[in-house]
Amino acid sequence: MTPLFANGPEPQTRIIIAILLSFVLMFVDHRMQGFDSIRVYLNSMVSPIMYAANLPQRLLDWSAESLSSRSDLLDENARLRESHLLLSERLQRMRFLERENDRLRALLGSPLRQDIRKMVTEVMSVESNPNSHQLVLNRGSLNGVYEGQAVLDENGIVGQVVSVGTTTSRVLLISDHTHAIPVRVERNAVRSIAIGTGSWSRIELSFVPHSTDIKVGDRLISSGLGRRFPEGYPVAEVTSVVSNESLPFAQIQARPIAALDRVRYLLLLWPPDAEKQPKKGALKNLAEEAEALIP
Amino acid sequence: MIGSRTLIALTLLFALILAIAPMPKMLESFRPDWILLVLFYWAIALPHRVNVGTAWVCGFILDILLGSVLGAHALILALVTYIASANYLTIRNFSLWQQALIVGLVSAFYHLGDYWIQHFLTTAYFLPELMWPVVTNTFIWPWAFLLLRKYRRRLKIR
Repeated sequence: MTPLFANGPEPQTRIIIAILLSFVLMFVDHRMQGFDSIRVYLNSMVSPIMYAANLPQRLLDWSAESLSSRSDLLDENARLRESHLLLSERLQRMRFLERENDRLRALLGSPLRQDIRKMVTEVMSVESNPNSHQLVLNRGSLNGVYEGQAVLDENGIVGQVVSVGTTTSRVLLISDHTHAIPVRVERNAVRSIAIGTGSWSRIELSFVPHSTDIKVGDRLISSGLGRRFPEGYPVAEVTSVVSNESLPFAQIQARPIAALDRVRYLLLLWPPDAEKQPKKGALKNLAEEAEALIP
Repeated sequence: MIGSRTLIALTLLFALILAIAPMPKMLESFRPDWILLVLFYWAIALPHRVNVGTAWVCGFILDILLGSVLGAHALILALVTYIASANYLTIRNFSLWQQALIVGLVSAFYHLGDYWIQHFLTTAYFLPELMWPVVTNTFIWPWAFLLLRKYRRRLKIR
């Protein structure tokens, strides 16, 4: 039965409470990062909805897989076998070069580069809003995913993990307008910072002086500075360099090498020397390094 | 016998799933705001069941799902539901197409509000394609309305 008078507080009171609560939440969440630890639980709680949303696509994938014909499978098998052979040859050469590099680095007294642990993950959902480029992956803290972890596809860096749930994690893409990544030009090791623009196919290098030697077609690789991303992975390719002397800096645009708009399978990296919790760990490491310097 | 509350919650849950379901890249900027449409319908059909509080909770879950700042969608959805439930008797008496226009206006407010909050908190700038869902919402409203009314009448949700 429909009550003649609504029970509970007045609508005006309700909306005022809702507005106040929202503002407090936004302030605490954005300005004070107060929910970073609670977000793990919140993300875990909503993960069933995410898995449900992903179900139709999984079903489609599964039916496409189970319905593909024998000849298609044989074709694919042959293709994969071929690429496997080619890649193994490169791997053999790479192993040789790696050993040589290790020996040379040992001679120079530089620290050796170690192997990086990796894990393959699948993308569950992609954010559609142009003002937020994010992905959700189907791995979480149960698999050892941590905040700030680097995420790659087969071509280059895709982004970093910004929040973790128990079975899902959220990735901020390098093209998001709030993301920045320290890079280096592969050709001449000029350092810069690449900032996302909110467009899938464009990131910008900021604060680059006019005289800097960066050309169209240069590859940008991660520099490893800032200790978030491991060193040496491809990030982007320079597409335009505009040096207008009336502006304080050159305007340099680049196209991400990873296909950000059609990612499906991604790699999570565990660099051996990276701190598990960059936020708190970095400070501690700095303090330890400083202590080691004091005789 | 399933209670009315459960049946309403089911539609809201379904709307939340549709809000994050993967879509082809081309259609993604046209994705209708299902949660807004469903909340709007319940707010004018059964204002004593679905009110500002329900909308706020849905918005909060949407914020977690979308990874936006907690409270952003909660605030706008609460405001939208407030507008709807304050005028439910008026809106009910409009024809479907007039209602669709009002839904269009309200969803324009929804997307502008979303943009304003983002702009205030980060460096987001306005892109015209942000407003495409307003058009989709307007055109989907009559069908969403008829479908939800059928659902309400068939299952006698009160």
